[in-house]
Amino acid sequence: MTGTNPGMTPADSGVAPGMHTAADAEFHAAETHTATGGLVKSVVALDRVVIRLAGDSGDGMQLTGNRFTSETAAFGNDLKTLPNFPAEIRAPTGTLPGVSSFQLHFADHGVMTPGDAPDVLVVMNPAALKANLMDLPGGGLLIADSDEFTPRNLAKVGYASNPLEDGSLEGWQLVSVPLTSMTTEALKDSGLGKKEAERSKNMFTLGLLSWMYHRPTEGTVRFLERQFRRKPLIAAANIAAFRAGYNYGDTTEAFAVSYEIKPAPMAPGRYRNISGNQALSLGLVAAGQLSGLPVFLGAYPITPASDILHELSKHKALGVRTFQAEDEIAGIGAALGASFGGALGITTTSGPGVALKSETIGLAVMTELPLVIVDVQRGGPSTGLPTKTEQSDLLQALYGRNGEAPVPVIAPRSPGDCFDAAVEAARIALTYRTPVILLSDGYLANGAEPWSVPVQADLPDLRPVFATEPNGEDGEFLPYLRDPETLARAWAVPGTAGLQHRIGGLEKADKTGNISYDAENHDFMTRMRQAKVDGIAASIPATEVDDPDGDARVAVIGWGSTYGPIGAACRRIRASGRSIAQVHVRHLNPLPADLGEILARYDRVVCPEMNLGQFAMVLRAKYLIDVHSHTQVRGLPFRAAELAAVLQDVIDGNAAGTTHETADRTDTTILDTPAPTGAAL
Amino acid sequence: MTAIESHPHVHDLGMPGNPISAAIAASVEASGEKNATLKAKDLKTDQEVRWCPGCGDYVILNAVQSFLPSLGIAREDMVIVSGIGCSSRFPYYMNTYGMHSIHGRAPAIATGLAASRPDLSVWVVTGDGDALSIGGNHLIHTLRRNVNLTILLFNNRIYGLTKGQYSPTSEVGKVTKSTPMGSIDAPFNPVSLALGADATFVGRAMDSDRKGLTEVLRQAAEHQGTSLVEIYQNCNIFNDGAFELLKDPATGPMWTIPLVHGEPLVFGPGGASCVVRDEFGGLRIAETNQVEASQIVVHDAHREDPSYAFALSRLSSQDLRYSPMGVFRSVAKPTYDRMMTDQLEDAAAQSTSTLDDLLAGNDSWTVSA
Repeated sequence: MTGTNPGMTPADSGVAPGMHTAADAEFHAAETHTATGGLVKSVVALDRVVIRLAGDSGDGMQLTGNRFTSETAAFGNDLKTLPNFPAEIRAPTGTLPGVSSFQLHFADHGVMTPGDAPDVLVVMNPAALKANLMDLPGGGLLIADSDEFTPRNLAKVGYASNPLEDGSLEGWQLVSVPLTSMTTEALKDSGLGKKEAERSKNMFTLGLLSWMYHRPTEGTVRFLERQFRRKPLIAAANIAAFRAGYNYGDTTEAFAVSYEIKPAPMAPGRYRNISGNQALSLGLVAAGQLSGLPVFLGAYPITPASDILHELSKHKALGVRTFQAEDEIAGIGAALGASFGGALGITTTSGPGVALKSETIGLAVMTELPLVIVDVQRGGPSTGLPTKTEQSDLLQALYGRNGEAPVPVIAPRSPGDCFDAAVEAARIALTYRTPVILLSDGYLANGAEPWSVPVQADLPDLRPVFATEPNGEDGEFLPYLRDPETLARAWAVPGTAGLQHRIGGLEKADKTGNISYDAENHDFMTRMRQAKVDGIAASIPATEVDDPDGDARVAVIGWGSTYGPIGAACRRIRASGRSIAQVHVRHLNPLPADLGEILARYDRVVCPEMNLGQFAMVLRAKYLIDVHSHTQVRGLPFRAAELAAVLQDVIDGNAAGTTHETADRTDTTILDTPAPTGAAL
Repeated sequence: MTAIESHPHVHDLGMPGNPISAAIAASVEASGEKNATLKAKDLKTDQEVRWCPGCGDYVILNAVQSFLPSLGIAREDMVIVSGIGCSSRFPYYMNTYGMHSIHGRAPAIATGLAASRPDLSVWVVTGDGDALSIGGNHLIHTLRRNVNLTILLFNNRIYGLTKGQYSPTSEVGKVTKSTPMGSIDAPFNPVSLALGADATFVGRAMDSDRKGLTEVLRQAAEHQGTSLVEIYQNCNIFNDGAFELLKDPATGPMWTIPLVHGEPLVFGPGGASCVVRDEFGGLRIAETNQVEASQIVVHDAHREDPSYAFALSRLSSQDLRYSPMGVFRSVAKPTYDRMMTDQLEDAAAQSTSTLDDLLAGNDSWTVSA
């Protein structure tokens, strides 16, 4: 272990990470200069760290990562996280399929991604080492629980000898620590059995890391007390293990250096750490309060969307009704029924669920009722990769229904932005009486970041106007008479005297909403439904173009969760002296009115996506521009360095047409010749 | 709460957790006085009824329009949700609120409506294909939840709107367009299916029996929870005479078992037949003069255990020989919408948290200027 910055790679910031020693640091680190036993320890200041925790699915790596994240957020660093776990709840212990990991990037400045590669890797067993070592750059810090490197565990993943001892890890800074036995030793008087005590090794590890990075510890102690308030013995043991890990760091010779990362400058205000699914849930609760309507969620459990159902089920006091339906179809059906009754109907799911809900989405298009459909995208097709992220439901959201069934589609770009996207989805649904699809994804859902907490007074007023009296010339009620500006139809809720009417999936006659098979009427109504959705563009703010130098000839356009990696790649490009413009689209249908004109300004437009070029196809079709599609579908977010290389090639004129990242983790393959449009799909 | 508090109606009409939201209550109130004194003609719409001449659906529509006013519910407080099929055109002909939805999904849509609007009287009109085939899953789950709905299942034992394929209630061997050599599917008995899902109210009636149909409908509408009424309905185009065995005055009384709560199950010409218990705890048909009077089962629709009602439903063969008609089961259980509303009210009573409290969460920090 040396006192240097372990294995630093160029950061999001695009500049070599600044490194300071304790001597020139402005912060208080004095208490760690000397520790018990007279051991002298030094403090190194870093501007950023990427740390990855990896272990067995049962080792509690997600919990450990979340706690470290909370401590880090409370300390004031900016951060982004990337949980990565298997679909199996408990794959066979100690095997490669059972490895679960959590990556956290935190810094003294704004960060946009969870980091391309870890600087520090903590592995709880041989499987975790095997599955993650290739991502740890040479010289990186590797902390391993030596107790778990038993002949049996080594054999499970095909290690012929113990890598902690055979010299094969010479290229990294290996610190081999008996985490398990130190945990059981610390808990020998806790009243817990050995097996039970061992389960606290994640808290021991968290304690050690908390010492290493000077994290505040009170939050974790409070969390453990709260979490195990009905099991005081377990709470006490976890807290004891956590403190033992911290004290071990403080006293051991194995770790001579600890690190400080100063808080990041942030705008004044109140912050909390939030995941995308949490933010999305709060956005839906807020939409209910802002609209004055009861929220009704109809949902069927599905990864990675279930946490929204869990979260919303806690907010009954704010008028939120949650209905765990018998299937995806009943989930959306009940939500639509509730909307008919005047509620804000919502259904949450992932791609396979959207497939099942398609017919009901069509019914919502035809009945012109507000409905929010949340699709937390995952790898597909079919069951695909339930716990991995992808953006491959875009065309399904845009077009995946029978008939001409236009549906507004919007996508958040960061975990915290899921809140605003949810409120915006509700605004569109209620204002225009239409189903709206919100495309989140697995990375946004489980990733986390500090979030500036909004207050209700600053949020938009979403109260709809219900029809309460007849609107026809002859004193009748015309449910399909439209607002001239929004083209939204009149919405009368059951219980309103004199406005009884019938709606349904059959084609409606203009104004009356009666069944009509008339050819002219169908043509008119089909175009009217499209015009209504197209008209939403008038309510969308002007597109922001991020081009600080103002002379970019290449624009990169993205949507959804690629915002962070694309932004980080742009920082790198700019740091190297080149210019690039970044455009990130929230409204995918209708597209912003100014988007075509903006894209036409650039010599080249690049569109990175975690699919095979779905948005690029839309842009090509809509604006007749030769979009360079760059794609990968590895179940993980883009790496900033790889994206930067692609952008650089485009700027330099070395790439055209379609490129993709292969399963190989480092190579980017550039196809020399433009692929036919069809091949990009 | 700024945005909400500025709303003129919110202060009058309560808290966010109220069963009916302030916004909806305000809208309903603004529309004026409710009129619960209706006549059958008040329930008719200006839409031309488009069932085939002679269809059993007409008589059911007439019976429903004649009987509904007796419930004393304003027509704007009634909602009829249907799926797809001939019967599902029903809402267009009723001057209430209505939704003609998609195939099989009416129970799910009605569940969301009833669960969020306990102030409404929600009805589902469906058919044997809609409810038991494509929508079978929604039907059984709605029944087990006991959502406050009245489901009218028009059973004509055929697919009518798609022009004559066999349905999940068609008898084995039935020759249809899609079964030229006869159906090899065993049919559902809808009453047995509903009872298997622990339905709290299950009845059966005949389209042409105005008195019997009205009586079952009345009890179904008054029942709190999900009521399922199977209505035998003649499709005179694709399955004409399907229920002739029961309708024919010569044969009907022989095979029909009228169910009257508290009355012995005696039927047939001159009361020649009756229902007694069999040695396995089920029921069987006996000749009245061959058994002691004490052996004859007295109908009890309120039995908590559904096995008795189930046993009654199993007296029928697929050719309708022995068809109990009337109310099989009617038991009181908490309704889904009531329990959901109770949870919301309990939660609201225990919490003073505002949206702002929720947004800030437990672990926030402040960055000062």
